[in-house]
Amino acid sequence: MARQARILTGVMDATDDVIVAGPSIYVYEAPVRLWHWGNALCITILAVTGYLIGSPPPTMPGEASANFLFGYIRFAHFAAGQVLAVAFLARILWAFWGNKYSRQIFYLPVWEKSWWRGVIREARWYLFLEKEPYKYIGHNPLAHTAMFAMFTLFNLGMIITGFALYSEGTGRDSWQAKVFGWVFDIWPNSQDVHTIHHLGMWVIVIFSIIHIYAAVREDIMSRQTMISTMISGERQFRDEREG
Amino acid sequence: MGSATETFYDVIRRQGITRRSFVKFCNLTAASLGLGPLAATEMAHALETKPRIPVIWMHGLECTCCSESFIRSAHPLAKDVILSMISLDYDDTIMAAAGHQADAILQETREKYKGGYILAVEGNPPLNEDGMYCIDGGRPFVEKLREMAADAMAVIAWGACASWGCVQAAKPNPTQAVPIDKVIRDKPIIKVPGCPPIAEVMTGVITYILTFGKMPELDRQGRPKMFYSQRIHDKCYRRPHFDAGQFVESWDDESARKGYCLYKVGCKGPTTYNACSTVRWNGGVSFPIQSGHGCIGCSEEGFWDKGSFYDRLTTIRQFGVEATADQIGLLAAGAVIGGVAVHTAATAVKRLTSKHDHHRRTEHHDQQ
Repeated sequence: MARQARILTGVMDATDDVIVAGPSIYVYEAPVRLWHWGNALCITILAVTGYLIGSPPPTMPGEASANFLFGYIRFAHFAAGQVLAVAFLARILWAFWGNKYSRQIFYLPVWEKSWWRGVIREARWYLFLEKEPYKYIGHNPLAHTAMFAMFTLFNLGMIITGFALYSEGTGRDSWQAKVFGWVFDIWPNSQDVHTIHHLGMWVIVIFSIIHIYAAVREDIMSRQTMISTMISGERQFRDEREG
Repeated sequence: MGSATETFYDVIRRQGITRRSFVKFCNLTAASLGLGPLAATEMAHALETKPRIPVIWMHGLECTCCSESFIRSAHPLAKDVILSMISLDYDDTIMAAAGHQADAILQETREKYKGGYILAVEGNPPLNEDGMYCIDGGRPFVEKLREMAADAMAVIAWGACASWGCVQAAKPNPTQAVPIDKVIRDKPIIKVPGCPPIAEVMTGVITYILTFGKMPELDRQGRPKMFYSQRIHDKCYRRPHFDAGQFVESWDDESARKGYCLYKVGCKGPTTYNACSTVRWNGGVSFPIQSGHGCIGCSEEGFWDKGSFYDRLTTIRQFGVEATADQIGLLAAGAVIGGVAVHTAATAVKRLTSKHDHHRRTEHHDQQ
């Protein structure tokens, strides 16, 4: 495409500035974006209710039959957890259906030298050792590693321990106990599973801090859009230089 | 020593018990096991025709609280179990024989009832120093245990010691005490954990094996499902207060007087599988939560090493310092926030001092 064709002549202001449209590409398809924001909501509910399950709010006054606060807190936790689990399964299905960027978070291309170079380059960029990062259409290799760790491995770990703990209430004959009961072969005392699951909440809290910081920083500092990409799906590049 | 051909029915008739009382006993026991009316008939038939099963009851590292609990069973009465239902051939704590005489019974049972006796183990073997921390009849207990298990039909692990290790296996476990399933690997083991187990659970397990001639259905951890498939929490009479969010905050507060849920003061009911909240203790009189104290989780694996009995969140010791998940998490999150703040500042400084941004703008102008 000729460069001249992309000068948007209609976009002008009083000072006669002219804007050149950077190249853009559709990266995150609608189901991926929906999953991202739905997941974010579920995780927020899960972290807040999960914290409260470990440290309940002050005692409710009145008759027991007139209150169901802790029941509602637990219900919100279980409901959000099951939505998260179903969304995870749907997200896996979408990896087969969607574009190649929808598959990215499920594996790391450790056999590719260029990917390792990218990891090192990005790490150096975050350590202020590089003047500018490379451009990436999907996740940058460092972000890719974080996404794989969190949303394939860690997410699965939380779903498994979560359902195992849930099976304690649904009973030994429930499908949850049949599918996830093996967790108690590893930790026979479910108190340990509670502790591990609870530590997991802090892992996701810490991830969220880093994730939001990195997204904002990349949006400002990198050579491509970040936050708006997860809203519109379009990734725009700010320059056309190679590398 | 009981004879192999004498049945339970023969024994009780000899003791002057009427058939009516016998049938009543079967009905009561069937009911206490949660079985239907047909099972009572089946039970009566079994007790009339089957020979009494010889039981060898061994004691390793333990405190005898299992025996103490067992003898307080109300349904069935412990005396009925010991004197009539089973043939308790060896139990060094309560038997009349002593010394070589007692030891001889072990060998005799092994030979006479090879593969036909039940080995009930109270306590566990320490493995350190070749098992020298528990000497029984001049030999390490672990050797005797292996020997007697080799020819047993099935093994019952009484209590938290035999099932999980209990206090002698708690950190740092200097004697290297291990649950019996670490030593006996080729026999079916029924774990009846608890410190001690409930009396009726103990006699109930024996009655089941005797009646049906098979092991009760076991869960993943090897515990009889009929007594260990639900948590204390699932059948706790204070459960409505839990769901309502009504908790005891400290031991002398209004909530404690009102009998609210003990979750916040560390009750381990939500992670403990046992029948305390249904069967209860001392003939159904009470159980810890009913007496105002949280469950300490005594029938669970490693319950001594899971932090205080009075904390909701478990103390984690793996990190060198003792802290809960929340303390560790908050510290780590704080450190990360600090790191992010420093990184933001460094980014801002770098950006202000470099010409990167300016460079990009001029490039655009050049293109025009």
